[in-house]
Amino acid sequence: MNAELRSVKTNAEQALADAYAVAKTTLPGDGKVLKLREAAAARFDALGLPHRRVEEWKYTDLRVALRDARPLAGPPDAAAKALAKDAGGLIGDVDARRIVFVDGTFVPELSDLADLSPGLTIRSMAEALAKDDPLIASHLGKVVVAEREGVVALNTALMRDGAVVHVAKGATVERPIHLVFASNGKTPASVFIRSLVVVEEGARVMLVESHEATAGYQVNTALEMVVGDNAHVDHIKLTGGASDVVHVSSLLAAVGAKARLNDFAFNIGGGVVRNQTFIRFDGEGTLAGLRGASLLNGKQHVDSTLVVDHKAGGCQSREVFATVLDGESRGVFQGKIVVRPHAQQTDARMMTRALLLSDEAEADNKPELEIFADDVQCGHGATSGALDKELKFYLMARGIPEKEAEALLVQAFVGEAIEGIEHAGLREALMEQVVAWLQARGS
Amino acid sequence: MLEVKNLHVTVDGREILKGLDLAVNKGEVHAIMGPNGSGKSTLAYVMAGKPGYEATKGEILLDGENVLEMESDERAAKGLFLAFQYPLEIPGVATMTFLRTALNAQRKKRAEAELSTPQFLKLVREAAGKLEIDTEMLRRGVNVGFSGGEKKRNEILQMALLQPRLCVLDETDSGLDIDALKIVSDGVNRLRSPDRAMVVITHYQRLLDHIVPDVVHVLSRGRIVKTGSKELALELEAKGYAEYQEEATLSP
Repeated sequence: MNAELRSVKTNAEQALADAYAVAKTTLPGDGKVLKLREAAAARFDALGLPHRRVEEWKYTDLRVALRDARPLAGPPDAAAKALAKDAGGLIGDVDARRIVFVDGTFVPELSDLADLSPGLTIRSMAEALAKDDPLIASHLGKVVVAEREGVVALNTALMRDGAVVHVAKGATVERPIHLVFASNGKTPASVFIRSLVVVEEGARVMLVESHEATAGYQVNTALEMVVGDNAHVDHIKLTGGASDVVHVSSLLAAVGAKARLNDFAFNIGGGVVRNQTFIRFDGEGTLAGLRGASLLNGKQHVDSTLVVDHKAGGCQSREVFATVLDGESRGVFQGKIVVRPHAQQTDARMMTRALLLSDEAEADNKPELEIFADDVQCGHGATSGALDKELKFYLMARGIPEKEAEALLVQAFVGEAIEGIEHAGLREALMEQVVAWLQARGS
Repeated sequence: MLEVKNLHVTVDGREILKGLDLAVNKGEVHAIMGPNGSGKSTLAYVMAGKPGYEATKGEILLDGENVLEMESDERAAKGLFLAFQYPLEIPGVATMTFLRTALNAQRKKRAEAELSTPQFLKLVREAAGKLEIDTEMLRRGVNVGFSGGEKKRNEILQMALLQPRLCVLDETDSGLDIDALKIVSDGVNRLRSPDRAMVVITHYQRLLDHIVPDVVHVLSRGRIVKTGSKELALELEAKGYAEYQEEATLSP
């Protein structure tokens, strides 16, 4: 038997292929885009949905998680739009420019595109695809090519809408941009979101993505990001949603020289969540913080998978992930650091910590280092365990009752990762989410 | 106020305290000195209720109530405070949050009203100012990025805010330079009061130049082997602990 040949499709794979065949001519974009979709659909046809025998997905079997594929989401109705008015609440009262997508479709009447600061351009992906925006031609599908990723191919084939953000050379965008993705129609659907963010040389921007979905939704979102030389980008992704939502997210980023990228993923909802991040350093002297915090209970499953490609030397990458696991939840961290032959003076570290609040919870860690240069510093660390008894004693010795002490320690545990976010208001908003999560848990 | 009677404590299956007796009246400051391994820190920890420190015999009475039957937080609410030898770092929990949570938890347990934010901030600012602690530091995680001296000052700040009736200071001078020692000692001395008792545990006499004790005890091999006035500390400083180690070794 030839292992490359896959003739038998799962129900979901077949349904997705059928959906593509029907939708391809109605999805946005002209001939060039259609060509891109066709190639991606063929790649998905060959790769299929990832499953546990695919090394990169060994802990997250998407064939199992997606037994059936939901129908593609159509344009949102008035009720769904009305529900989305309050979406994105995870950021608290942080002042940000809201750009709202419902069921994966841009909703102008809920979005704030007025008075964009000089150098900032925001449009919808559907519009950019339809109008053959030059950014699409130059970047879409090209930023980081993840050839082996069937979910990215599927996203390219079925992408309907998303945000296209451009920050011109030297421009500073003071007000954070909040991309709100609410999937909340009456009938659960599958949603394919594709966004592109291009931050030119020396520019600065903070981008927050909030994802929430009601029961039964299947969301596949991909964000391509180009960070120019000397640019400074904060990217924070917040994922909530019902406990049976399947959320697959791919961040594909190429970073120039002397840039700063501060990335943070906060996971507090959803059923099966996969956040995969592919980052490549193309220029020297860049600093990247790649952090995340997850709070899981019930049967939630969150998989954070990162591939950090040090193609250029002299860059520093820091991965810090904290996961709190209660109930029968499962947290997965897979971190791969690649240091290419000429990428000398690379300084790459990853640290992942799991706090197990229940005996039934499980944390899996898989660090991988592929180092082809000789003058580098690379390190990884992983811990998992229950609450620190010494710290609990310290708090109790000050009069704090046991449950409250535990809650403070969980906040402390998550807080260490959250402190990596530069925006103070957002840090506070996320800590409030942590407190609410603890209260819901009864501690 | 404090009565420790025939206290036996086991840690990891090993008996460390072997029939310790101690009585401290309110208003008094008692120093407990002793060589390394004599059980000084064990005494501090068992009083505060650290897990793993098991009292197999005896009692610790605070105003007649046996604290060994209480959880650590209840002991704190009853007015017992341990200043840690090695204060722990708690990243992610701002010192302010920690102090306020502790203070209000104690007040709640004593059926007192919780403090409002302005009331609390006023208290903290005053207490921190006296200890020369920059309030900006209190916005950071508990003890995170603090020097050894700052951590000890933070312990005294907690003590000043919580206003305990019995203060147990475990090697509070360790890791302090002379200036920090003065600030910390002054902080402790300000808390001396006719209604409050203190147990100062220290290996070295120098702390007792600043916090002058009423009574000095020598702890050796899990027992108080000698009790005297503050001059006893000077004598120990001059002669060392050798005589007590031998004495304790000889007595079964």
